[in-house]
Amino acid sequence: MAQQRSFNPYTENGGTILAIAGADFAVVAGDTRQTEGYSIQTRYAPKVFRLTDKAVLAVNGFAADGNMFVKKVKQRLEWYKHAHSKDMPLQSIARLIQTMLYAKRFFPYYVYNILGGIDEQGKGAVYSFDPVGSYERETCRAAGAAQSLVQPFLDNQIYFKNQTGEHPTHLPLPHVLQLVTDSFTGATERHIEVGDGLEMFVILARGRGSQELEGVAGIREVTTSDERERVFVINRDLKRD
Amino acid sequence: MDHFPTNWGRPRSEAVDLYNTYPLHNRPGPKADAFTEGVQRTQAPIVTGTSVLAFRFKDGIIMAADNLASYGSLARFKDVQRLIPVGAYTVIGGGGDMSDLQHINHLLEGLIIEELCEEDGHALGPAEIYEYLSQVLYARRSKMDPLWNSLLVGGFKDGKSFLGYVDLLGTTYTASTLATGYGSMIAQPLLRKYVEGREETLTEDEGKKIIEECMKVLFYRDARSINKYQIATITEKGISISESLSAHTEWSFAEKIRGYGAQTQ
Repeated sequence: MAQQRSFNPYTENGGTILAIAGADFAVVAGDTRQTEGYSIQTRYAPKVFRLTDKAVLAVNGFAADGNMFVKKVKQRLEWYKHAHSKDMPLQSIARLIQTMLYAKRFFPYYVYNILGGIDEQGKGAVYSFDPVGSYERETCRAAGAAQSLVQPFLDNQIYFKNQTGEHPTHLPLPHVLQLVTDSFTGATERHIEVGDGLEMFVILARGRGSQELEGVAGIREVTTSDERERVFVINRDLKRD
Repeated sequence: MDHFPTNWGRPRSEAVDLYNTYPLHNRPGPKADAFTEGVQRTQAPIVTGTSVLAFRFKDGIIMAADNLASYGSLARFKDVQRLIPVGAYTVIGGGGDMSDLQHINHLLEGLIIEELCEEDGHALGPAEIYEYLSQVLYARRSKMDPLWNSLLVGGFKDGKSFLGYVDLLGTTYTASTLATGYGSMIAQPLLRKYVEGREETLTEDEGKKIIEECMKVLFYRDARSINKYQIATITEKGISISESLSAHTEWSFAEKIRGYGAQTQ
């Protein structure tokens, strides 16, 4: 055979995602920069997607795979809704994602997924996945280019690792939003693939008040139906250099 | 002559199925024929086009690409149009393998005709063409048989302008300034400086000046480029693709360069 040069079907598009579960809320966030090598491809390419009113999915890694994966998950959720006239529960979405990822075990979606939302007990939940579908439920998780910068910060500030004395099991929403913002401004300073914009989704459990979100800059509600969980998006600027 | 039509044109099968024990329509045969070894998928681009530039301005989209198709470092075809109008609202600009670009053009022509025949009053706009291309290119990369291109899709429909990028991996994104290939390193920073934040006020004339400047810089620095390019504008009024243009360049400084090249002192 003539010149055998192999084609590489993958690339890495930078960026970072993060999710934190609270007692009755969850926050899922990602920056909006998309890169390849040293080039910024665009300053606004969303990595965090609302799936239902109680589930938000963040995808990071190879952007083309990520977009295709989200498209297919949304399609499966639509079929579920038509079959059962209700949204799929969060834990079921998590298992669905694991099967869909493992189905491509030998030509994987090169994507790290973090699923955040409200579980069947009305509690905040975060599920994190590797590209071939291994997953677990956690309180907080960072993934992507600046995972190694953000996760230790979260371990310290959320799990209170290496801190002595009393500490709470769940943090209040405004505090969590502060930690998310700080995580991303910090990652933007120290990682070249992170920056441009921050997109934070906040999912509130059924019946939970939203007073803490009033007056927050750049917020808008994206809930689709009444008397259920509520979803908000907060957009912030990050440094563009 | 064999009186089973299913056997016409097929290799004689006595060797594989001596007593005709298999149903006619699925007789066992060799899985791969003698040509399998010779079938080649695109492992590398052959005849290539270089950068495409595009950005948003107040009335729509402006896009430019030069007229060169290179064969390695040989400037092989010097009158190739790399800006392709698709339907009435969209232009795609293509870099990378030119035969793959022609194939994409062929697919799009088929698509446009199919949609036209519906006569339902719905024409494909830039957003639909973009989605179609991204799915085609992603599907081909997933078959490990990519269409070796990076494409810009620009358009204007229903009062809204559209600008997007698609490449051989199926990677997609939109932005107000876009460039492919060498242009993404050399022209994109210039485009961002001139255009970002001024998308709603830039006029067509200003836009063409920016394009000229960028194409000139690219011609100076990109060895696979040529000083012969076309500009497309897509606005409310439709698509217009210019004749081939060339930028004024200045080479007198070259006389004074010392230290490399042919001269000895």
